[in-house]
Amino acid sequence: MSKSRVGVTTLIGLLASFSAFAEVGIDEKINLAVKPFADAVANTVFFSFPVAGVQIPFVLVWLIVAAIIFTFYFRFINLRAFRHGFELVRGDYYDPEAAGEVTHFQALATALSGTVGLGNIAGVAVAVSLGGPGATFWMILAGFLGMSSKFTECTLGVKYRDELPDGTVSGGPMYYLTKGLAEKGANFAKLGKVLAVLFAIFCVGGSFGGGNMFQANQSFAQLVNVTGADTSWLADKGWLYGLVVAALVGMVIMGGIKGIARVTSKIVPFMAVIYVLAGLTIILMNLPQVPGAFGQIIDGAFTAEGISGGVIGVLFQGFKRAAFSNEAGVGSAAIAHSAVQTSRPVTEGFVALYEPFVDTIVVCTITALVIIITGTWDPSVDPSAGVQLTSDAFESAISWFPWVLTLAVVLFAFSTMISWSYYGLKSWTFLFGENKITDATYKVLFLFFVVVGSSMQLGSVIDFSDAMIFAMAFPNLLGCYFLLPVVKKELNEYWDDYKSGRLVKTRLS
Amino acid sequence: MSAALMVAVDCSECGGRAIEYAARHARESGARLYVTHIIEWSQYSFSTVQENAERHKRREEELHRAHSEIIDPIVDRLKAEGLDAEGLVRHGHVADTLNTLAKSKGVSNIILGRQGTSKLKSHVFGSVGSRLVQSADCAVTVVP
Repeated sequence: MSKSRVGVTTLIGLLASFSAFAEVGIDEKINLAVKPFADAVANTVFFSFPVAGVQIPFVLVWLIVAAIIFTFYFRFINLRAFRHGFELVRGDYYDPEAAGEVTHFQALATALSGTVGLGNIAGVAVAVSLGGPGATFWMILAGFLGMSSKFTECTLGVKYRDELPDGTVSGGPMYYLTKGLAEKGANFAKLGKVLAVLFAIFCVGGSFGGGNMFQANQSFAQLVNVTGADTSWLADKGWLYGLVVAALVGMVIMGGIKGIARVTSKIVPFMAVIYVLAGLTIILMNLPQVPGAFGQIIDGAFTAEGISGGVIGVLFQGFKRAAFSNEAGVGSAAIAHSAVQTSRPVTEGFVALYEPFVDTIVVCTITALVIIITGTWDPSVDPSAGVQLTSDAFESAISWFPWVLTLAVVLFAFSTMISWSYYGLKSWTFLFGENKITDATYKVLFLFFVVVGSSMQLGSVIDFSDAMIFAMAFPNLLGCYFLLPVVKKELNEYWDDYKSGRLVKTRLS
Repeated sequence: MSAALMVAVDCSECGGRAIEYAARHARESGARLYVTHIIEWSQYSFSTVQENAERHKRREEELHRAHSEIIDPIVDRLKAEGLDAEGLVRHGHVADTLNTLAKSKGVSNIILGRQGTSKLKSHVFGSVGSRLVQSADCAVTVVP
């Protein structure tokens, strides 16, 4: 009784002292303190070279080249296995003896709820406003090629996963880089170890950046926007929003209150469906404009009138936002997919094809179409407007939709944070070992960055988020190149069995 | 051909009359009796990354608990009474899984207790008994 009263008093005291800070602009203080570091990291990762007058970051070339090579190496696996991937998700080859284990559907749904989110809403708006409608074309192409990257990394994620002594399953680039490369000899083993450590470091950074601060920042921006923009009571209270979200995330990851995470994992898919349906409704309401919008997308992709950097500039915007949205080649998905129950790792690779497909080709295209059709994109708009631009586009057709969008954005942000806190924690314990102290240290840091992210200006948050997440692609894809023959062998063996009808189909259709 | 019967059990306390009924019939006909518990589970549900990582472990725990707390005490008692009894625990949709399991074990009659669900609940979700009666490939006996 008295204990809880003391707790409440302490909490009020704490909040009061925070609002005292707010008077002198705590948001600004945090922002100024972190900005130089964030900028330095971003500049290093986005080392750029000029192409046709546009600064192209090397990491983007790295991602796209890998996606193209994988697509050709596996002879257009993104088309070839598309149907079979669907059969696997639907459960056609599901083994009744393994009922109760993680199915292909569940692994995909979980991975999707970690990627579908702000990238699809905020990122697309940024791409279309900076690159024009044509950016959509390159985004779709990047999504298509990215399917092959996901196929590769998720197959490896399952193949080299670890089953821990307590029965839990753990997988991802940290494991396939160490175990996979070790199979190739002593020198490769050393390289693998180095790549795995690098990956883990960047993944921890990514879990604080794109998987955390960016989410907190953008969801807060939308909340302020919908409650009255600059006049909103919340406008200068980013730190307060950060504290509330940090408390909720903390309850899940520290307090073990799984209920919140479980409820979110069930609501998020429905929010995604509502978002897609609303987008389709707006597209259907403006059906006569759709051919024109596609015309703008195609024309814009190759002519790029009035866009800085011309076609290369448009291409850059599309590729960049697609990569940030579907994370293909980054390696995060390999962690999410690795818990699936299967004796054939390549099956999860086929299923993973659907991640960039749903995320980028379906959801991002819908967002882009809504923005183009409603004419809310404007090359002169502030690129940091992000979510607000998409919100305005939906509002122009459905006046009350920004409220629904706000709820969706907050929930997407929350579920992405929960997923990334797991990726980050796995990487952190890979680096520092698994015990109570390392575990708690990571979680406290993670919560701290929720507050930081809510308080920072978008520019530096976006740059830092992009930087850390893209950095993961360097060690991950380098390792994937060396492991391509392993995936090829798995693929060929399985494909032979599939084509000759040696696989047991449990569902007649 | 030795016939087989199956009795579905929900929890450790319930299903008493259904088990009694099934045991009596098994004794009279000399049939083997499968004592079955289905853990409600869907292959299309949504879960978090953490839940997926721990799923295999949880499944083992669920199977173990269902055996030790629900099925095994019943099977032991029936065996002590001289019956040919075997316990089965599976994950899945209760009615569908009972039916496929019964088919694979050559069961001629599935016996289950009537559930005390309210009218509203069974209207919305349907009850295991009525679903099984409509879809089963063998006889279904509902014991009040």
